[in-house]
Amino acid sequence: MSQTNNTQGPVWEVFTQKKSGAPFQHAGSLHAFDKEMALENARDLYTRRDKPSGLWVVPATEIVAVSPGDAAPFFDPSDDKVYRHPTFYEVPEGVQNL
Amino acid sequence: MAASEQNALIISLEEQFQSKIDADIRIEPKDWMPDSYRKTLLRQISQHAHSEIVGMLPEGVWITRAPSLKRKQILLAKVQDEAGHGLYLYAAAETLGMGRDDMYEELHSGKAKYSSIFNYPSSSWADVGAIGWLVDGAAILNQIPICRCSYGPYARAMVRVCKEESFHQRQGFEVLLTLANGSPEQRAMAQDAINRWYWPSVMMFGPSDGESTHSEQSMRWKIKRFSNDELRQRFVDMVAEQIKVLGLQHPDSDLKWNAERGHYDFGAIDWDEFWNVVKGNGPCNRERLETRRKAWEEGTWVREAAVAYAEKKKQRSESIVTLAAKAA
Repeated sequence: MSQTNNTQGPVWEVFTQKKSGAPFQHAGSLHAFDKEMALENARDLYTRRDKPSGLWVVPATEIVAVSPGDAAPFFDPSDDKVYRHPTFYEVPEGVQNL
Repeated sequence: MAASEQNALIISLEEQFQSKIDADIRIEPKDWMPDSYRKTLLRQISQHAHSEIVGMLPEGVWITRAPSLKRKQILLAKVQDEAGHGLYLYAAAETLGMGRDDMYEELHSGKAKYSSIFNYPSSSWADVGAIGWLVDGAAILNQIPICRCSYGPYARAMVRVCKEESFHQRQGFEVLLTLANGSPEQRAMAQDAINRWYWPSVMMFGPSDGESTHSEQSMRWKIKRFSNDELRQRFVDMVAEQIKVLGLQHPDSDLKWNAERGHYDFGAIDWDEFWNVVKGNGPCNRERLETRRKAWEEGTWVREAAVAYAEKKKQRSESIVTLAAKAA
């Protein structure tokens, strides 16, 4: 499917932080022609309730992602080190705060 | 690759795809998906988006005529939410590869459909109540299962929509309750609105299971989780109980509790009316589309200005780069 014309501007991804100290979470995306417009549109679209403590907008084309086909081999090394988990270790009975 | 090899590859990709769906693994925009899955979703999500946008019209006309400042503020917030829901959904549809302008074009040309319910007129203030209670009530029942839809962006948009939508139904019920407890004229107004909006709302769940062309495949793909008739029954049961609190008369004289089924039995649906409105012959089809087209056309200068601004900015930054390169 092709786009015949585009009068909407580029796509931006929006991230919001619910309260101070919390991680930023992806909220959705929108169209805007520049940074200011992206921030204002993001405010109007994704923060109509529950005033958040932070808002990021990022041009979608600037996001670098692992492609779905590569995900399995790319993340493979994270799966074979059981000793990275505390449950790997035996704790003798009676030991406290370990 | 030989044709037979290519077919074998597609079959194996389709099997992998279905096994992901069966395992409740969500599909994301860049994942492989069958063409027909993409097309089905694109049709459904864009129709859903169009419905939110056209859905602003019947209520929007009451903003200036709301009976109090409180009601005006509530209605403004609700209509603004509908616009927002349309935008979440357009964004989700775009991840499937269709541009926003092209989707608008499909709406304006009449190629794309939107929910037929918005082709009925909102002729009194009580209609705002009936739309909130019945139309949004039916929409919520439809939308809650979509929060678990197999396509990630659609499911995520729907979670956001459902969270925001819950006040819409309540405010509608409250409008009707206030009228129901008012003067005889106000009571009659509430009754009239319910009488006009009830059956079209019952039809919002679409054709009966036997008649529904897309249902079976959509269930297999987990785009849909419940059949049209299952959801419709939930709606009928919900309204049958809630109308008792309003103390108004139920518009369906055949409505009867069926203890054996544990559900209400209800009267025959006028499917001729349903198809007639779908085909474009409802009371407001033409007016709704004309209003949308007019809004789009009147916004042309804004879009042109924005595109010109972006172009100018781009040229400026390019000339700065050229100058910097020359200076170096």
